[in-house]
Amino acid sequence: MAPLVELNHLKKYFKTPRGMVHAVDDVSMSIEKGQTMGVVGESGCGKTTLGRVLVHLEEATDGEMLFGGENMVDVRGEKLRAFRQRAQIIFQDPYSSLNPRYTVEQTIQEPLILSGRYKRKEIEQKTTELMNLVGIAQRLRLSYPHELDGGRRQRVGIARALALDPEFIVCDEPVSALDVSIQAQVLNLLQDLQEAKNLTYMFITHDLSVVRHISDHISVMYLGQLVETCESKELFLKPWHPYTKALLSAIPTTNIDKKMDRIILKGEITSPINPKPGCRFAARCIYAAEACKEPQQLREIEPNHFVSCCRVEEINELKA
Amino acid sequence: MSNEKYLEVKNLTVEYVTSEETVYAVNDVSFGIEKGKTLGLVGETGAGKTTIARSILRILPVPPAVVKGGEILLNGKNLMELPESEMCKVRGRDVTMIFQDPMTALNPTMRVGDQIAEVILHHENLSKKEGRKRAEEMLEMVGIPAERYEEYPHQFSGGMKQRVVIAIALACNPDLLLADEPTTALDVTIQAQVLEMMRDLHARKNMTMILITHDLGVVAEMCDDVAIVYGGEIVEMGTLRDIFKHPSHPYTVGLFGALPDLESDRHRLTPIEGLPIDPTLQITGCKFKPRCPYATEECGKAAVQAQELTPGHFCKCLYPRKEVR
Repeated sequence: MAPLVELNHLKKYFKTPRGMVHAVDDVSMSIEKGQTMGVVGESGCGKTTLGRVLVHLEEATDGEMLFGGENMVDVRGEKLRAFRQRAQIIFQDPYSSLNPRYTVEQTIQEPLILSGRYKRKEIEQKTTELMNLVGIAQRLRLSYPHELDGGRRQRVGIARALALDPEFIVCDEPVSALDVSIQAQVLNLLQDLQEAKNLTYMFITHDLSVVRHISDHISVMYLGQLVETCESKELFLKPWHPYTKALLSAIPTTNIDKKMDRIILKGEITSPINPKPGCRFAARCIYAAEACKEPQQLREIEPNHFVSCCRVEEINELKA
Repeated sequence: MSNEKYLEVKNLTVEYVTSEETVYAVNDVSFGIEKGKTLGLVGETGAGKTTIARSILRILPVPPAVVKGGEILLNGKNLMELPESEMCKVRGRDVTMIFQDPMTALNPTMRVGDQIAEVILHHENLSKKEGRKRAEEMLEMVGIPAERYEEYPHQFSGGMKQRVVIAIALACNPDLLLADEPTTALDVTIQAQVLEMMRDLHARKNMTMILITHDLGVVAEMCDDVAIVYGGEIVEMGTLRDIFKHPSHPYTVGLFGALPDLESDRHRLTPIEGLPIDPTLQITGCKFKPRCPYATEECGKAAVQAQELTPGHFCKCLYPRKEVR
């Protein structure tokens, strides 16, 4: 089956007075219909930019973005409107992503009205359905965002994203701003909706336990590039890229009997402005060598397990 | 062990009173820490964790905050009764605090080094030059080259700002450190660096520490004892092992169930149903009752008293759970 979303060498650069920011640099991946691709990385690694490019909130600098086999990078006008009905986004911060002057009802109805597909009566009915679907009580129809708690606000954001029956949703850190008990409610809701509507998700987060829980595949990003991508379980069993290893070892676990061998990284993420060719992680990598100064390729080490590190076989004692 | 407590908080009650409503933030909270130990205060947003810490330092915003009662004994001395001038000497020297958000905790118009030197000069009779030297040592200790003394906070990344905040807190070798979500704003790899550093400093200086967090993983790594806070009350308290192996209060059990886990393949999480309580309501009985799957009529009748399940493991519930994690 052809994947629903396929990215080929996608790039997004931002021009700044100090030089070009390589926010997303040559990212390729594909997401099958009905599956969830988790994208993890630290702040500033370009994961949010990637998500925004995918739903056309930012224009890609270069590369291809195939959506159901059709390249969407340059779509404009009517075609872009049609695309936006199929691809939606749920934003990170439910405190700032809702219009404070819109009631719950207005927020959910806005896309329905703009689409021009529905009559007034259908809009009312659809709003009721959407509110039931995401679990917001009807009595809150006329409430404003400031009257709702974080979990309910995020549900409004989800209802708005679902309004036009999209096929693909970018979830940009949808639970990071929520408390643990509420976070679990929202994660379960996202899973239920996916099963009911066969939705395809790109799930962007910095929380590795959340991403493992919800994703089928995971891509690890570092400074705009993919360093490793594979099936979700596989990544936790065989983290092969040195950065993935460090990232996984840094997660504090609640298992008090298990002592992790922690890899403490030296230094911090370097600047994405005019990066040098070669491995971007090399400056912090304990395995860095001369060969790392050459540009790195994402290579398939095992079926469907891609790693961008020239020393991956050596480090992990794999057969070349 | 009870005689050796370095810090004891007894029956602390704090309310935020405005003309419109009263928020019952901290309700009759008591706990103690032995010298050199780390206590984790765990709870969700609005549970009252930060209010407890600020009460110890007496830096609550008054008004609207009103301390309705309670004692805070530091080495047997009641901080609540100290005159403000004495309290100023305690703050920064005996007790210090790391604030949650390193982006706003520093003064943006002041050189980072001077912000550290300020604390030292306030408490110790040193010349400016000596103060600067000590501040430079502190910078080096938290892993920032002393050459960066002259820089301003905006020139530092988030992790480095948090290191500066930690350096300020540790500048006068405090005996008690209150760390309010010290790593929440940081990335995991930076969090690992900062936790490692705090653990190291804690061991070297035999500091007593209260670590406020909502992250149970961080607690598992850093703490000796744990107190779970819900609705301004400590609902369960015990050693790390008590809480993580034998969580007894339904809320504690619920927290563990709601957490996605790196090691299990559960398809669904078990969220705690409902929403955190409205802290403006005065509730008789158990605050967790509306969300608790085990609640009965009995739970709402009178204030639930803490019972000691095993020595040192307290739980405020009529029907403590007995599962082993």
